[in-house]
Amino acid sequence: MLPGDFGESVLGQQALPETVEAFRRELGLDKPAWQRYLSWVASVAQGDLGTSFSGRAASGNDNSRMVIDLVAPRLKNTLFLAGVTAAIAVPLSLFLGIMAALKRNSIYDRTVNAVTLTTISFPEFFLAYVLIVLMAKYFPTLANVTEDMLLGERLYKIALPSLTMTLVIIAHMMRMTRASIINLLSSPYVEMAQLKGVSKSKVILKHVMPNAWAPIATVIAFNLGYLVVGVVVVEVVFVYPGIGQLMVDSVSSRDIPVAQACALIFAATYILLNLLADIIGIVTNPRLLHPR
Amino acid sequence: MNKKTKYSAAGEVGDVRVRRTRWGRMKIILSKAPISAWFGMFVVACYAFVAVFAPLLAPFGEAEIFAKADLPWAWHDGNAKHFFGTDQIGRDTLSRLIYGARNTIGIALVTTCLSFLIGGSLGLIAAINRSWLDQFLSRGIDVLMSIPSLIFALMLLSIFGSSIPSLIMIIAVLDSTRVYRLTRSVAINVAIMDYVEAATLRGEGLEWIMRREILPNIMTPLVAEFGLRFSFVFLTIAALSFLGLGIQPPTADWGSMVRDGSRFIQFVAFDWTLALPSLLPAGAVALLTVAVNFVVDWFLHMTSGLRDEI
Repeated sequence: MLPGDFGESVLGQQALPETVEAFRRELGLDKPAWQRYLSWVASVAQGDLGTSFSGRAASGNDNSRMVIDLVAPRLKNTLFLAGVTAAIAVPLSLFLGIMAALKRNSIYDRTVNAVTLTTISFPEFFLAYVLIVLMAKYFPTLANVTEDMLLGERLYKIALPSLTMTLVIIAHMMRMTRASIINLLSSPYVEMAQLKGVSKSKVILKHVMPNAWAPIATVIAFNLGYLVVGVVVVEVVFVYPGIGQLMVDSVSSRDIPVAQACALIFAATYILLNLLADIIGIVTNPRLLHPR
Repeated sequence: MNKKTKYSAAGEVGDVRVRRTRWGRMKIILSKAPISAWFGMFVVACYAFVAVFAPLLAPFGEAEIFAKADLPWAWHDGNAKHFFGTDQIGRDTLSRLIYGARNTIGIALVTTCLSFLIGGSLGLIAAINRSWLDQFLSRGIDVLMSIPSLIFALMLLSIFGSSIPSLIMIIAVLDSTRVYRLTRSVAINVAIMDYVEAATLRGEGLEWIMRREILPNIMTPLVAEFGLRFSFVFLTIAALSFLGLGIQPPTADWGSMVRDGSRFIQFVAFDWTLALPSLLPAGAVALLTVAVNFVVDWFLHMTSGLRDEI
């Protein structure tokens, strides 16, 4: 990345100081930071995300696009990737977690535990490259989806990125599911149910699960939030045209309006998902409504 | 005591009168360590060794460019000149891996120390001085924590530009929020103790109470947190470098090496060794984080008697 701001990096080293100054004035970069920030907040509140810096060339013609036009199609792609991943990962991790809680300390439990503990601490790009080496013969390593692709082809293209993210979040969700169910299994009313002869699966489904929903929902929402963030690295690995890639590009070219819009979207999604988790927690456990 | 080589409970009861040295206590603790902890400690020690003695171990210079690029294990006259080959502009991959240990781990370590300095001292102050200052700091930290840290770091890097000092500062500040939370929550329980009150009445200053009264009592959770934070910071820096926004070339660094190697990745279906330039540094990052996690896991287990929900 270049030192200096967007004006200097576009106009090049030969640019006269006056030219750079004029260019900055046109973009509004000459105003102090707080003034720029306030006007940005004001226009965002009116639904205007601004105009991208890039597309302006030194020659003076202006091909710049509205931020909303840049962001919207990519946001759709990212939501598609995250949605497919969540659709695979959530049921699978719930199933694995419940199974591990049921067959505690069995070989299955120990293996799943060891594997997930290891994948939790791997960086996303390492998992991605290992998967590429193993699966490159069967799936494409570049997930360059376009607008006019059919659903099947899209799914085929994003197989590896969604598999990578599934592996990353499944470990977390599975461990938390297992922990919360085991926690409940040791409570007295479960022992009572077992003593009166209720079958094992019925204990889990009827007695334990209703109380386990709150922690599990929290974990799911938290991991979906993580999915939104982890998507940045995975999108760059697989050159997927999503919003994470857009943000990285705009940061390295110092295109601040686009970077701000992307950060706003990411942060809003993250906060909303966390809020959703809290609400689900309160709905399923009304005791939380009344602080002690 | 001196004749015994192995620890036994009966032996310990036998010579209660001998006070164990610090080294003896350590040996007993280590002998009880599980295999995963030993593995973790061994790996961490290896990394530290490589990082410290990088110039002696590396066969070539950090940014030395060779005229002829090589594939991994390309044998010339019976010996491989570049064991793991060279990267796209002809720099020896093995040497860059070794120097990368020094740069990546060094920067991550500095960042973690800085974030503990910021977060730890603010957390201690907030725990002692439970006034508007505590409210002010805690609410501010809540705001910082509500935004995912990688996104926030990207945003700040786009404003301040990407250089090593700004990278260290940004990640240290973002990470200190977690340290602040932990320090404040454990220090609050200590700050209400009678001996802290006695020290206050005695007229000790804020710095004394922080450093001599409270800090020694909250050291254990902080040390464990240091390990976790280190691996987290390490991963964040590697991810940012991988995105091209962290440590800049020609400084050797694992994240940017993964990025450089990734241009060969489309051809992996034909020859898997082409993945090595990105797989090796990525594996180096992964191995260190796994090792640190193993050690921290054992440390937490040992110090708190914490049964991890099994």
